[in-house]
Amino acid sequence: MALDQSGRQAGTAAATGMTARFADSLRRFFDGDIWYSFTHSPVAMISALVTVVFVGAALFAPLVAPYNPFDLSTVDLLDSELPPVWQDGGDPRFLLGTDAQGRDILSTMIYGARISLGVGFASVALAMVLGVALGLLSGYLGGIVDAVIMRIADVQLTFPAILIALLIDGLSRSVLPRDLHAQIWFYVLVLAIGLSFWVQYARTVRGSVLVERGKEYVQAARVIGIPPLLIMLRHVLPNVMGPVLVIATINLAIAIITEATLSFLGIGVPLTSPSLGTLVRVGNDFLFSGSWWITIFPGAALAVLVLAVNLLGDWLRDALNPKLRG
Amino acid sequence: MVERQVAEGQTALVEADDLSKLFDVSPPLLNRLLQGKPRALLTAVDHVSFSIPRGTTFSLVGESGCGKSTVARLVVGLHRPSGGRILFEGTDMAAVRGRGAVARLRKRLQMIFQDPYASLNPRWRVADIVAEPIRAHRLLEGRRAVAARVAELLEQVGLAPSDGGKFPHEFSGGQRQRISIARALASNPEFLVCDEPTSALDVSVQAQILNLMKRLQRDLGLTYLFISHDLAVVYHISDFVGVMYLGRLVEWGEARALFRHPQHPYTRMLLDAIPDLEMTGRPRTPVAGEVPSPIAPPPGCHFHPRCPFASDRCRREAPRALATAAGAVSCHAVEEGRLPPVERSLQRAKS
Amino acid sequence: MTPVSGNRPLLQVEDLRVEIRGRRGTLVAVDGISFEIGEGEVLGVVGESGAGKSLTGAAVIGLLEPPCRIAGGAIRFAGDRIDDLPYEKLRRIRGRHIGMVFQDPLTSLNPLYTVGRQLTETILTHGDLSEKAARRRAIELLQEVGIPAAERRIDQYPHEFSGGMRQRVVIALALCANPRLIVADEPTTALDVSIQAQIIGLLKRLCREHGAAVMLITHDMGVIAETADRVAVMYAGRIVEVGPVAEVVRRPRHPYTVGLMGSIPLVGHDVERLTQIEGAMPRLDAIPPGCAFNPRCPHAFVRCRQERPLLEPVELTEAACWLYGEGERQRG
Repeated sequence: MALDQSGRQAGTAAATGMTARFADSLRRFFDGDIWYSFTHSPVAMISALVTVVFVGAALFAPLVAPYNPFDLSTVDLLDSELPPVWQDGGDPRFLLGTDAQGRDILSTMIYGARISLGVGFASVALAMVLGVALGLLSGYLGGIVDAVIMRIADVQLTFPAILIALLIDGLSRSVLPRDLHAQIWFYVLVLAIGLSFWVQYARTVRGSVLVERGKEYVQAARVIGIPPLLIMLRHVLPNVMGPVLVIATINLAIAIITEATLSFLGIGVPLTSPSLGTLVRVGNDFLFSGSWWITIFPGAALAVLVLAVNLLGDWLRDALNPKLRG
Repeated sequence: MVERQVAEGQTALVEADDLSKLFDVSPPLLNRLLQGKPRALLTAVDHVSFSIPRGTTFSLVGESGCGKSTVARLVVGLHRPSGGRILFEGTDMAAVRGRGAVARLRKRLQMIFQDPYASLNPRWRVADIVAEPIRAHRLLEGRRAVAARVAELLEQVGLAPSDGGKFPHEFSGGQRQRISIARALASNPEFLVCDEPTSALDVSVQAQILNLMKRLQRDLGLTYLFISHDLAVVYHISDFVGVMYLGRLVEWGEARALFRHPQHPYTRMLLDAIPDLEMTGRPRTPVAGEVPSPIAPPPGCHFHPRCPFASDRCRREAPRALATAAGAVSCHAVEEGRLPPVERSLQRAKS
Repeated sequence: MTPVSGNRPLLQVEDLRVEIRGRRGTLVAVDGISFEIGEGEVLGVVGESGAGKSLTGAAVIGLLEPPCRIAGGAIRFAGDRIDDLPYEKLRRIRGRHIGMVFQDPLTSLNPLYTVGRQLTETILTHGDLSEKAARRRAIELLQEVGIPAAERRIDQYPHEFSGGMRQRVVIALALCANPRLIVADEPTTALDVSIQAQIIGLLKRLCREHGAAVMLITHDMGVIAETADRVAVMYAGRIVEVGPVAEVVRRPRHPYTVGLMGSIPLVGHDVERLTQIEGAMPRLDAIPPGCAFNPRCPHAFVRCRQERPLLEPVELTEAACWLYGEGERQRG
């Protein structure tokens, strides 16, 4: 009985301890310089809002979109190529008009954003994990590990990222059987874009690791006898993540554009799951025949999203830079 | 042959036996091939031998490039010696193999660093920083036991247990050094290497930290290897003092004796260079020259370009250690009896 | 406050106040200090980190950058106010009449130009010499500060000099326009002890020969004892004691100065424990009312916690402490 009680007490103590520390961390965050800088920068707040709106819409697409463009029962060929609601011939059912098959443009945009953001986040995550890991190893271990990783990085940097993404994607299409590729296209695309961007993370992290490695708290950990892997993960990594977040944010914008480019060229996402880039390409054919909305709205959405993410990344870089802080 | 100058009745806890460390500072391979640059080897520590009796403070003093910080890092295991050995209680530290044995050894030697701002991980809370050695060596089980020990350590260094929940940036330089000391003491070490622990602190804060360190030495029976460039601090805290110049130990001995009867010309020059705070108006030999680059030190005795007693032999031959009353000195002029004796008054000037 | 020379003082600082505008409000870093430097006199300004001595030096030279600014008081150089001058006029005075020596020679010297070019540029800006004469003068100055082979080294870059040599070049640069005042902020802190002794000796000798006054800012009391004629002790943005150096060092009056002197270890002084002042200097946003030192002072009483003491004459020195003087405050 006593054991049970004390166990529960210890459990509640631990839980209250953890919630207290979490609350404390939240309080520190909102007291801190970064939040102050955020609330005093209209650009940052607007960009963040726009990004959140896009991400929210993408995540909750089935709830937000007026129609499901993939549900063929809702699509009627008779509704094709209707202009936006404020123009002559517009239909209030389709706020931004319809495309050649009769699908609601707004809905296709929302679902398209889902694909664009999905591929974007996933490839950034891959590049970040791979780049940070290799950068950590390279910076901390040095020697031959460092030399090999950095030479690979150097070689890769001589190619434009898009070319590498093209290479990997094209290779997979020719190597894999057709139906397999149709199933795993998402992973192939994420791999292609992610692999083309890891170098920047690796180099930045390596530079930061080299700086932190010389600092005395790392030496202190060595003197205590902590094994190198734990030092890398628990001591060095938290201190080098700052620039990584900045790169990740700006990288997100680039990844979305890269995917859009690939899709525009016809080799990105398959037509069955169009991203914003695909929509732009498909709608391109109709641009000069008068149905401009089919390509312009997805294109504008893409531009606004990328701009917002870019500005957010810019603000984050300035906010995290200790030298610029007032 | 190493003369182990250990005072009667005291056992040596740590000994350096002919210790050397070379660093390869050559330009990268490509530069060497294309520009024909030679390999460059930096002899940071050059055949240094000393012994530290248990419970005492041994200070290494010298100017930049003398190698005292490298010796500190060799003793604590951050560098591997290129030559010679470090003995801990008679056992060669390099011969200790196996993770268990190495960990057991690591527990007994710890280090305090110079920069209070870089020696604590800015992202960790103080309690985690101090608890790290306890957790790493599994000295205590259970969160409560560890927390209690951390609180005890914080109090021992003059901080409050509630300080454990804060981050390093919330503390001043002196307080951070106290946290560093608490962390160093967490594994119950017997030996502490202190690398210029007060050089970055204001003088009144330095007084607090030096008093704390002396008290801890008394209460816990600690042995210190104290690295500093400040001779007054060294005088205050040391039992034994070693003077280093460009990687070599030019003189070492019992502290009071060394300060009263400095033998080596460099030691005399250093002592003369201390600003005369008491305004005694004491006569001083003018100091000459600059510390040469450690990469290409002068041949023979490294100090000869600046030494008023340099002879031809000094330019050719490196002097060897001679035993003195309370230590050793490496100087041809001393050996040949060419050096005038010096008795520095240690009496404080009357105001 | 009678300056050593007896004439009108070269530099007069009256009730100087320096503020730092931060995100959470304005902090007072230097709180109404006054002092004077006579012609050819060496005044040491000593204090620990955060005491405000570097900001005072920067204010005198006119190098305060936002968010710091002079919020009150006056600085007079040879009788004329310099703290409210427009940038151009201040720049000319700064180069010609006030020289500067800072702690880090790496940042005081431009790494991209040779030492000779920096010297001749300064000489030409503030004098009437021809280029050749300026170069000759530069070589002379380098010889004066003890750079061997000056004719050759004049064309070398700063990184080709060692730390001590660089500091000598900085001193030469400070002296080349024959200034009447030199402001030196921690000139020897980054140097080895043996080099430090050389540089201090050099600075002292040259300033005496050129007749320049020196405002020597440092935390190192030993340097002050060797070099200064008078010393001002700063604490939390205020001057707590000022007087001839021998007096302040041997018989400090203000409890802070007493504690400070006692906490400095000395060769030959065998004590088990150094004098320890409990606590730490207050942060700028937490300066206590009354005397800033009162929470740490072993002699504090009620008045210390309420009223801020001003400098009062105590025998040969002046101290800002309610233990001394009758408490008659003289409003100027």
